[in-house]
Amino acid sequence: MSLLEVRGLTTAFRTERGEINAVEDITFDIDEGEILGIVGESGSGKSVTALTIMGLLPQPPARVAAGSVRFRGETLTGMSEPRLERIRGSGISMVFQEPMTSLNPVFTIGEQIMETVRAHEKATPRELRDRAVEMLDKVGIPSAAKRLGDYPHQLSGGQRQRVMLAIALACRPKLLIADEPTTALDVTIQAQVLDLLMDLRDEFGMAVMIITHNMGVIAETADRVLVMYAGRIVEQAPVVRLFERPEHPYTRGLLECVPTLEQDTERLAAIPGSLPEPGRRPPGCRFAPRCRWRIDACRTGLPPLVEQEPGHASACIRAAEIAAQIGAA
Amino acid sequence: MPAGAPLEDELEVPERRQSPLRMTVVRLFRHQLFLSGLVLFGLIAVVGVLAPLLTDINPNKLGMRTRFQAPDAAFLFGTDNFGRSLWSRTVWGAQLSMMIGLSVVLLNAVFGTLIGALAGYFPRLDNVLMRVNDALMAFPAILLAIAITAVLGPSIVNAILALAIVYIPRTARIVRASVIVLREMEYVQAAIAAGAGHWRILRRHILPNAMAPLIVQLSFLFAYAVLSEATLSFLGLGAVPPTPTWGNIMAEGRQYMVEAPWIITIPGIALMITVMGLNLLGDGLRDVLDPRLRIQQ
Amino acid sequence: MSGAQPAPLLKLEGLTKHFAVQSGGFFRRHVTALRAVDGVDLEIQAGETLGLVGESGCGKSTLGRMIIRLIEPTAGSIVFDGVDITRLDMQALREHRRGMQIVFQDPFGALNPRMTVEDIIMEPLLIHGARHDDAARKRVDEMLGLVGLPLRARSRFPHEFSGGQRQRVGIARALVLNPRFLVCDEPVSALDVSVQAQIVNLLQDLQRDLGLTYLFIAHDLSVVKHISDRVAVMYLGRVVEIADKRAIYAAPRHPYTQALIAAVPVLKPRERGRGRRVRITGDIPSALNPPSGCRFHTRCPYVMPVCRTDEPKLAPTDAGHLVACHLMDNQESNKG
Repeated sequence: MSLLEVRGLTTAFRTERGEINAVEDITFDIDEGEILGIVGESGSGKSVTALTIMGLLPQPPARVAAGSVRFRGETLTGMSEPRLERIRGSGISMVFQEPMTSLNPVFTIGEQIMETVRAHEKATPRELRDRAVEMLDKVGIPSAAKRLGDYPHQLSGGQRQRVMLAIALACRPKLLIADEPTTALDVTIQAQVLDLLMDLRDEFGMAVMIITHNMGVIAETADRVLVMYAGRIVEQAPVVRLFERPEHPYTRGLLECVPTLEQDTERLAAIPGSLPEPGRRPPGCRFAPRCRWRIDACRTGLPPLVEQEPGHASACIRAAEIAAQIGAA
Repeated sequence: MPAGAPLEDELEVPERRQSPLRMTVVRLFRHQLFLSGLVLFGLIAVVGVLAPLLTDINPNKLGMRTRFQAPDAAFLFGTDNFGRSLWSRTVWGAQLSMMIGLSVVLLNAVFGTLIGALAGYFPRLDNVLMRVNDALMAFPAILLAIAITAVLGPSIVNAILALAIVYIPRTARIVRASVIVLREMEYVQAAIAAGAGHWRILRRHILPNAMAPLIVQLSFLFAYAVLSEATLSFLGLGAVPPTPTWGNIMAEGRQYMVEAPWIITIPGIALMITVMGLNLLGDGLRDVLDPRLRIQQ
Repeated sequence: MSGAQPAPLLKLEGLTKHFAVQSGGFFRRHVTALRAVDGVDLEIQAGETLGLVGESGCGKSTLGRMIIRLIEPTAGSIVFDGVDITRLDMQALREHRRGMQIVFQDPFGALNPRMTVEDIIMEPLLIHGARHDDAARKRVDEMLGLVGLPLRARSRFPHEFSGGQRQRVGIARALVLNPRFLVCDEPVSALDVSVQAQIVNLLQDLQRDLGLTYLFIAHDLSVVKHISDRVAVMYLGRVVEIADKRAIYAAPRHPYTQALIAAVPVLKPRERGRGRRVRITGDIPSALNPPSGCRFHTRCPYVMPVCRTDEPKLAPTDAGHLVACHLMDNQESNKG
C-alpha cells in the first residue's frame, strides 16, 4: 500500500459557462519518503490536484466529480471536515507559493508554530515553546529562541518560506505538499530553500509532493515526475529517465524550449501556440494543436496513459514511434 | 517572410468575445439583485417622468370638502389636510426626487471626478485638495447640508447645491483612490514613454478605467441624495411648501399620523422603494464592476 | 565588439536614483533614502544586446525606467545617440522618445483593457501627430504582421488574448515609432515556460531584421545568457561585473556572479546538488541601509577586512571584463 493513492480523480468547477473539469482522471501514488514532482504550466491543474487532496477547495463551486484519494488506507474524498482537519497538519501538510499571505500578520511566528502543534497534540506550554524553537532551528533561522516573538513582516521572503516550512513540519507529517514553494523567491534564496527541503526530507523521512512549472526545480529535487497538461497527466517517469528519454512531445518541448547555461543555441525550439483555457480545450489530445508530431488520429480520441516501460507511462499514440526515432538519432 | 513568422497555430485567435462594456451589460442582466433594484427604481423613475400623464389633478389644488379622504376609487391615495390629491402629490414628488437625485449625481460626477483626478494624478495638488476635502468630510453629512441650506435659504436649487457640496468630497476620494492605482499601471507608463501628455493619459487611460467604482458610488449617492432631500424638506429647509416633495408631504402628514396615517405612509413607502431599489442596483453594479470583490465570491 | 570602439548608442554615467521613503509616525517623520540605483556607468553599442541581471531590489528595473525617463534620475547622465537626454524639457524629450521604447513584464497590466489592439498600437503614432487614417491603419497592419499576429486581432480587446499574444501586442506598440533602442523589462518572466521561447525568438528576429539595440533586463540567467552579447550583473543598486556573455558564464570573477550562476538549477538530475559547494547564505540586505564598503560583503564567502570599509571600483581585468571586487586588487598585485 502506498502512502497516498489517487485514483481517477476528476475535479469540476461550476462556472458561467457550465461545469468545467479542472483536472481529469488523475491517477498516481506517492510512497513513503518519496519526492514526487508535478510539473505543469498555467491551467494544467497541478494546484487543483493538490488542493483536492487537501480538501481545501470551496465546494461549491468545486466538486469531486469522480475518483478517490486515499491516505494511509483512509479515503479522504468525502471525509467529514473535522476528520480532515485532524489529518491536515499531522498527516499531510502544505506550503504555498506566497509566504507573505500564508502567514497571519497579527500573530508572532512562534505563536503560529505552537498553534499548529496545539491543534494536534497535548503539550505543556514549555514543550510547545521548545518545539517551536527546535523547528525554527531546523529550518535554519539563526538564533531561533530570540526570533519566536517576531512578526511575519519583520522577516525577509526567504525567511518567511522557512517559517512556513517550520509550521508545516511541526507535527511531523508523513506527506508535505509544496505548491510552487520557490516561485516567489530570488534564485539564490530558491537554491537555499530547495537545499533545506531536501535536508528536511532526509531528516524527517516524509514524502514530498512538489508542484512547480520549473523543470530545473524538478531536476534538483524529484525522485519521480508527473507532467500535466490542460488538466491531464501526459507523462509519468522516474526523474532521470524523464530528462534523458522523454516520450511525450509536450515533455520534450518543455525540455527543449528553455535555454540552459551549459549549452549555446542560436535559436530556441519554441512550442507554437498558447495554452488552452479550461473550458476551451480542443477535442482529442489536448496538446495536438501545438504538436509537431500530430496526425489526424490525434484529433479524435483522448490518448490513454500507457506504460511503455515499467514505471514510465505517457499519453501519446505515437510514443513508441517517437522513442524509437530518438533512440536511433 | 516577416520576422518571427508564426506557425499556423499561432494565428489562432480565440473566437470573438465581446467588448468589456458589452460583457458588463450581459453580466448585469444576469444579476438578480441588480435586476430587482432596476425594477424598483425604474418604477419610480417612470412614474416621475410620466407624472403629467398619470395625474389630471393639480397637486396643489385645494379641496375644502375633500379633506382627509381615505384612499378610495375617487382618490387613489386619499387626500391630505387641505384636500389635495395624494396620488397627484406623490407622483409629482417622484418627479422632483428624480430631478434632485439626478442633479446631485451629475454635479458629483463632474466635480468629484475633476477634484479626485487632479488630486490623484498630480501629487503636488493632492495635499491641498485632500485637506479641504477632509475638512468638509469632518462634518456629519446631514448637519453640513442643514447648515448650508440655512445660509442659502430654503429652495430646491439650494437643497441640490447643499447636497452636492456635502457629497462631492466623498466622490472625489473614491476617484482619487482609483487614479492613484491606475497612474502606476504599465499601460500608463507605456503611454508616457510614447510621449503622451497629461491630458491624453487622463482621458484615454486613467478616467475610463476609473469609471467602475465611480458608477457604483453614484448609484448609492442617488439614494443618499433622495433621502437627504426628503430630510431637508421635512425639516423645512428644502423646497418651500406647497411644493409636493415627499419630505414636505410627510412633514405635513406628521401632525395627522393618527387620524390620517396614509398621508405620511404613502410618500414614506415611495421613498423606501426608491432607496431600496438604488441600493440593490448599487450592490449589483459593485458585484459586476469591482473585480476585487468578484474574486472573493 | 572588438577593435576601435565606435561611440556607444547609449552611455550612462554615474546614474543614481534615491527614492525618499517616509517612515515613523505623524510627529516624528523620518525621510530615508532608498538607494535603488547608486552610481551606474554603462555603455551600450548600437546593434548589441546588453543583458542586465540581478535579484529583486537590485535596481535593474529602476535603471531601465530611468533610461526611458519614466523615472527622473537623482544624479548622473544619460547620453543617447550623442545627446544628453537627462535634462531635456518635455517637448524635446517627446521627440527623443521616438528613438527609445520599452516592453514591460506583465502582459496583463501593460495593455489598457478598454482599448482595442488597433487603438493600442496606433496610439504612439497619434501622439506624434499622425492622423487616424488609412496610412495609420496600414502601419498597424504592418506591425501585426511583424510580431506574428493575424490582422483580425486588430479589433479585439486585450482580455481576448493569451499572455504570449498580449506580449506581442506590447512589442508592436513599442516598435510602431521605429525606435532604435528597446528596454525589455523582464519581457518573458510572466509568461508560461512553453510560450517564453516564442517571445525570445521574436525579439531576436526583430533585432536582426530591424537593427535594434536592446537592454534586456531579467532575473533568469539562462534567458539573459541566451539573448545577450554582453551581460552586466547588479547587486543592491550597483553593477558588480560586466563582460562578454561567454566570459561571464564560463569564468565569473565576482563572488556574487559565481553564486548566482551556481544557484541556477541544472536540467540534469544526475548532477543534482552540484551548486551546493558555492551556495551563499543569508538574505539580500535592504537598499534603505546598504552595507558599508562592498555591498556584498555580508554574504560573501571570501570577505576580507578591506571589503567592510572600502567600496571596490568597477575595474577591467581582461579585455572588456570589468569587475568590482577587492579580490581582483590582490590578483593584480600578485601578478605585479
